[in-house]
Amino acid sequence: MLWNVTTTLLGGLATTVEIFFLTLLFALPLGLIIAFGTMTKFTPVRWLCNALVWVVRGTPLMLQLIGFFYIPGILGLHIWPGGDPGRMMATVVAFSLNYACYFSVIYRGGIQGVPVGQREAGEVLGMTKSQIFFKITLMQMIKRIVPPMSNEIITLVKDTSLARIIAVYELTFTGFSFMKSAGLVWPLFYTGVFYLLFVGILTIFFNYLERKLDYFR
Amino acid sequence: MTVLEAKHIEKHFGSVRVLEDISFSLEEGQVLAIIGSSGSGKTTLLRCLNFLETPDQGTITVKDELLFDAADPATQRESEIRRKRLHFGLVFQDFNLFPQYTALQNVTLARELMAKNEKTGESLEDIRAEGKELLAMMGLKDRMSNYPHQLSGGQKQRVAIARALAMKPSILCFDEPTSALDPELTGEVLKVIRSLADQDRTMIIVTHEMEFARDVADKVMFMDGGVVVEEGTPAEVFGNPKHPRTRQFLDKFSG
Repeated sequence: MLWNVTTTLLGGLATTVEIFFLTLLFALPLGLIIAFGTMTKFTPVRWLCNALVWVVRGTPLMLQLIGFFYIPGILGLHIWPGGDPGRMMATVVAFSLNYACYFSVIYRGGIQGVPVGQREAGEVLGMTKSQIFFKITLMQMIKRIVPPMSNEIITLVKDTSLARIIAVYELTFTGFSFMKSAGLVWPLFYTGVFYLLFVGILTIFFNYLERKLDYFR
Repeated sequence: MTVLEAKHIEKHFGSVRVLEDISFSLEEGQVLAIIGSSGSGKTTLLRCLNFLETPDQGTITVKDELLFDAADPATQRESEIRRKRLHFGLVFQDFNLFPQYTALQNVTLARELMAKNEKTGESLEDIRAEGKELLAMMGLKDRMSNYPHQLSGGQKQRVAIARALAMKPSILCFDEPTSALDPELTGEVLKVIRSLADQDRTMIIVTHEMEFARDVADKVMFMDGGVVVEEGTPAEVFGNPKHPRTRQFLDKFSG
């Protein structure tokens, strides 16, 4: 029985891991774009980005998830493919946008934390704006944002369980299903072990990353 | 030969006038020391020359090329400024070394990027060899692969000087290069600047080291409240200051 439950839960875990990595894949770069948007001197873009961050951080992710999945259909726009792929796509879009907004604030803090003198030193050496960003600012920003980002990314692992609300068969939903089908409660709590292991691996990775970036101060 | 000619430079921060009608020129191989109390506009003037601030009035000419004219926006185009500012090198008070790069990488980074992007035809080996030579000249031969946080303040500042020299500027500017250093470490940096002066480098040095300014400069400018109060040879300005404000300022140092 334990073996049976474990293999079934591993199936759910695969979906959880998929949501996790796809969200990171889109949210990490999108967050940087939004961060630049909130820092630009061009007022309309700055307001738009600030409004986006406000709305996304100001409403529950679960609500956004439901909205992204159902509202297009209600409006007669059937943008999601049918069945599981559609649910998965809506999930990844909602998660990516949500996390990109949180990331953008962390990025902004990281960029603004790099002393102005670094940019000026690059300028007087005749570097272009993009050289200054990619060759000077970026690495210092990354070093600064590893601790807050690790928090956010670990939260993402557990937030994936919200996808259950639109019937995505992720880890928590899988554990829950044993209650209905077999009257078993323990598989649901057993999922906690999987989350713990996942977060444990991430913690080791982030510690490694912090140590890797310790070569400069 | 006149290397630099600044005319009628004026700069405001909001309603505060920080520079008022500053004009001066610099001959090839000359060292200009700018002295004056904090807030007198010395640093702002240096930042104007390096295009870190845009003057509201005035012109800057280097080797007969008009680099900047406040009245002519065509001289202020971003892409042009990048090329023009390379006439100047700037050594900052607080070094501003790039922490994630070694001493050598700090020195070569900008040149390497330029060689890659603008196809200057320089090989990376040549650039690195030159960088090593510069660091050796600064007495940092065995510090090349150290990161900034592993260096003392004096060593950091010498790396910063090598970094500025790597771009082969016509005029090397120093913004209070020893103000962030312990008195003990000041000497090693001043020694390096002195040796550059001996090699007839054209330099502008903003400094609070009066002894040093007197020794090394060909020309001294005393600034106060955004204006040049007095200008002359070190013997004139230090030995026989004409303006009461200059005398008052120098008295504090001989104290």
